[in-house]
Amino acid sequence: MTEFFNTTVGLSYGWAWFLATISGILLISLPLMLAVAIVIYAERKIWAAIALRRGPNVVGPFGILQSFADGLKVFLQETIVPAAANRVLFLLAPIITFTVALIVWAVVPFDAGVVLADINVGLLYVLAASSLGVYGIILSGWASNSKYPFYSALRAAAQMVSYEVSIGFVLVTVVLWAGTFNLSGIVTAQANMYGLPINGFVLNPLLFPMWVVFLISGMAECQRAPFDLTEAESELVAGYQTEYSSMSFALFWLGEYANVLLMCALNATLFWGGWLPLFNFAPFTWVPGIINLFIKMALFFFIFGWVKATVPRYRYDQLMRLGWKVFLPLSLLWVFLVSGVLMFDRVGLPQ
Amino acid sequence: MSPAQFVKSFTLWEFVRAHIKTLRYFFKPKATINYPFERMPLSPRFRGEHGLRRYPNGEERCIACKLCEAVCPAQAITIEAEPRDDGSRRTTRYDIDMTKCIYCGLCQEACPVDAIVEGPNLEFSTETREELIYDKAKLLENGDRWESVLAANLAADAPYR
Repeated sequence: MTEFFNTTVGLSYGWAWFLATISGILLISLPLMLAVAIVIYAERKIWAAIALRRGPNVVGPFGILQSFADGLKVFLQETIVPAAANRVLFLLAPIITFTVALIVWAVVPFDAGVVLADINVGLLYVLAASSLGVYGIILSGWASNSKYPFYSALRAAAQMVSYEVSIGFVLVTVVLWAGTFNLSGIVTAQANMYGLPINGFVLNPLLFPMWVVFLISGMAECQRAPFDLTEAESELVAGYQTEYSSMSFALFWLGEYANVLLMCALNATLFWGGWLPLFNFAPFTWVPGIINLFIKMALFFFIFGWVKATVPRYRYDQLMRLGWKVFLPLSLLWVFLVSGVLMFDRVGLPQ
Repeated sequence: MSPAQFVKSFTLWEFVRAHIKTLRYFFKPKATINYPFERMPLSPRFRGEHGLRRYPNGEERCIACKLCEAVCPAQAITIEAEPRDDGSRRTTRYDIDMTKCIYCGLCQEACPVDAIVEGPNLEFSTETREELIYDKAKLLENGDRWESVLAANLAADAPYR
């Protein structure tokens, strides 16, 4: 796109790069926000269907405008800042959550070459940026100056740190197998597994358990059911969102669902071949790469909603036990196994 | 942990089974009645909005015996009565505070002339509280509007009384 602005429009390289980056950001973030609205509607429909209900069906055809109506309502409401709250941090927290949820999308490849920032350490960037997400929640819990948000923030901090550890090890196995930190490189490394016309690390029996660990840890990382202890409404009212209203509340929601979508995109990119079709033959290869990615994301999003509608919430000690006593040793063992297999397979035994 | 249990928990067997179950529910027909467009059938005994009925000749049934006022557990009914010019005793005021009413149906049970009845209407929400304090004119209007249904319901329920 830089070339387009440079040669066709005739701007200097600096301006062309600037305009190209800005339009790239808008091209990702605006459809993303639209997608969040649609995805909230879709998820409500999924939960409703599993509970034998109908879900939103009044606003617009099949209720598809429900999220926009909710957004408008929230937009028109008054932003209430509690008197005892730390005003600056209180208003900064949802902005942090929302921004951090958006910036990770910079490195997600939508198709071959269609990525905003094709950086070599893309996966490290994902880890770093998604770790920042916990700041929004901690700040909101602390700045609210209220006990339930504070408990919720403590839980969120412990939970996200615990599961990031095992996510880190899972990503190490992927990086070992792909041989690169670049997300586009990881996707291309998944093409033609074992010389067969199939794409995706998930079809590798050694990496499949790591995908399961990644999916579950991803749910914990997004604070989704069954790990939504930060919003455990029977104990904590609404968790860290309790004191929030109006747009500051809406920003939390946008950020939360942008994070869920990101987790779906990461699942698709790291384990299911990203923009590549699942099979490398005729009807599948006709589909454009971005549609492939969206189909996979939609599938994972369905799984997220499905799980939320099915399983009850974990107890806090169970959550910690699963993170530290099951996932961490398992993923460590798998790092060992994968690197061992790669040593034999690619490097060979020392002579 | 026995080996069988170990395998079960590490293959997430219980979770998979639970999700298969909920996926079956996902494709089942919905149990919800699509309310404003579809409705459940109402029993003839349904106790909704009140109405004061009249005789076929237009004479109001209520004889101001005040049994309903006496029996009303929520004390929602207020009646004042005077003899009319022709000597018959009639209410001059018949108010029901619908915000107090608990829709127990004791007023229609107490009524010796089937004057006050609770009809099938359940959609009478209002925007102000004042609108829910019904006076005699409003109740008579309700009775007139729903008379055919009220009469049919009373007739349908009569064999069981």
